[in-house]
Amino acid sequence: MSLPKVRVPYLLLFPGFAFLFTFFILPIINLAQTSTQTPIKGGDTGQYQQSFAFSNYIHAFTENKEQFARSFVFATLSTLLALAIAYPLAYAIAFKSGKFKNILLVLVVAPFFTSFLLRTIAWKQILGEEGFVVPGLRSLHIIGQQTTLTSTSFAVVAGMTYNFLPFMTLPLYASLERIDPRTIEAAGDLYANGITAFRRVTVPLSMPGVVAGTLLTFIPAAGDYVNAAILGSPTSKMVGNVIESRYFKIVDYPTAAALSFTLMAAILILVTLYIRKAGTEELV
Amino acid sequence: MSSEAINARGDLRLTRITKEYGDFKAVDDLTLTIPKGSFFALLGPSGCGKTTTLRMIAGLEEPTVGSIHLGDTDITTTRPYQRPINTVFQNYALFPHLTVFENIAFGLRRRGLKDIKEQVEKVLNLVELPHLAQRKPTQLSGGQQQRIALARAIVNRPALLLLDEPLGALDLKLRRQMQIELKWIQREVGLTFVHVTHDQEEAMTMADTIAVMNEGKIEQMGTPADLYDNPETAFVANFLGQSNLIKGKIDGSDGDNLVVDLYGQKISMPKNRSHAIDSSLYAGIRPEKFRISLVGTPIRGNCLTGGHIEDVSYIGVSTQYVVAMPWGQEVMVFEQNDDGVPPFDKGDEVVISWEPNFTFGLRGDEDIEAGTEVNPEEIEGE
Repeated sequence: MSLPKVRVPYLLLFPGFAFLFTFFILPIINLAQTSTQTPIKGGDTGQYQQSFAFSNYIHAFTENKEQFARSFVFATLSTLLALAIAYPLAYAIAFKSGKFKNILLVLVVAPFFTSFLLRTIAWKQILGEEGFVVPGLRSLHIIGQQTTLTSTSFAVVAGMTYNFLPFMTLPLYASLERIDPRTIEAAGDLYANGITAFRRVTVPLSMPGVVAGTLLTFIPAAGDYVNAAILGSPTSKMVGNVIESRYFKIVDYPTAAALSFTLMAAILILVTLYIRKAGTEELV
Repeated sequence: MSSEAINARGDLRLTRITKEYGDFKAVDDLTLTIPKGSFFALLGPSGCGKTTTLRMIAGLEEPTVGSIHLGDTDITTTRPYQRPINTVFQNYALFPHLTVFENIAFGLRRRGLKDIKEQVEKVLNLVELPHLAQRKPTQLSGGQQQRIALARAIVNRPALLLLDEPLGALDLKLRRQMQIELKWIQREVGLTFVHVTHDQEEAMTMADTIAVMNEGKIEQMGTPADLYDNPETAFVANFLGQSNLIKGKIDGSDGDNLVVDLYGQKISMPKNRSHAIDSSLYAGIRPEKFRISLVGTPIRGNCLTGGHIEDVSYIGVSTQYVVAMPWGQEVMVFEQNDDGVPPFDKGDEVVISWEPNFTFGLRGDEDIEAGTEVNPEEIEGE
């Protein structure tokens, strides 16, 4: 018996849809329910009942305003830093690397061969008293003799920049690589010097990569807690750390859930505004 | 120097230009003058060095040896953006993120000119696409993109406009139309056009002067008629149209004519049309210059007897014959279908004749296959 053609697309969609439904939609609904629960009176720690307490959101937000702000500031900083590092890197790989192109691309993704956690712990070593960075900077008198780098906001941002750099580099490379070098030659032919040609042709044509790279960096960075937990201090906590401790340590599920939803909404709004502003649909 | 270069005007002179890529000489000791205001074509097969020559004129490549002058200004090492030269690129290289208007205005804006709107509109009218100003290049057809690329270059009124296979991506009909338009636009704006192409018909239709290039050198330069009627090398004879090249020997002279022995039959040709260096020569005759007649009918001029019709192809305006000559060579003959005489049949014994003045003579040591076919390995990456 032959399969009616109209059903084929649905059959192809089914596994993905079933998976996402089970492991994404259902937990999200569950999380939404949890976020408006209140503790059962006289119950044990971690026992909650549904009481549609939307005030949970207000409490969760007002108590953690500082961590929210920090999350977005750190995420923005590390996104900008990653962009500043990745653009020249991706440009060099796309246009100037010749036969080394593939090797360089492998090197960009090479960090993924070790675990995220391990790499972040390695940064603790690098920035620690025994590493070469702190003694080096001290001997050059760039930082004071008593200054340390671990457990600082600087370390958190540096760690996030490092960890998300490949997510910035790869989309940038992909969009730079797609640029027809003759359009850049044409800019030169039409009286644009190197800098003008870069500003007027290369940069606008690489915008899809910039948008994709910044989103892929900013979104996970805003929700990140590993870097702050390992490289930061109690004064450099991010929202992710609050959610983690509410959930696993204090067993305050409703607040953790409300914070998660607030974070998700904030990211969604910011990303929507950003895409509107960047106007990706205008780009090729 | 750079600020002077942008205002340079005059003839373009390439002096002993060589461009090497490793061991490969793309352009080999080339000297060439392109007069101001002319429509000049660099014609040759892929890999002959014509595109490299064009890129050196544009400033996108630097010659290994030699110099380039525009008028009295040496522009050999001047950066592309400081040369008063604009290019229509092979695949147009329009800026995909800018509208047609902004594409055309690009060069004007870089030079900080005023009345940009007016100039862009004028050139859009010239290429007959004023209604497309606000479109993006990807929304245009190939022919429209071609015109915008042309408009983007000529709006700057450069001293020199370079066209790199500008019609290569268009279909035949559109190509013919654009050939005529380009020629018209060149006269209209009065700029010097340098046109690179591998299409001999395109070069002959448009250019005043053609330089035929082969293996990094110029084989011959002249008007289309010069090159076609009196080619100096087998490469030119074969690359521009078709030629019958028949081996012969110079057997004396008769006033201004040479007497040439072609496999025992004597013909004559003007001395000044022979490029032979010794007594051995190839006599060249274009297929349409031959006349065919049956044995016994009166004939004029040179004639060769003993041929048999080997093949007949009727193609409307003309009939093409392949005639097998007694020495084993097959010659091509094109006869206009204008006299009401029914075509000859396969197997007929015929005499072929032609006017002595149409004969050209090539050196006897030439490779008579040169320029007849393009080696696929020579086709350069686009």
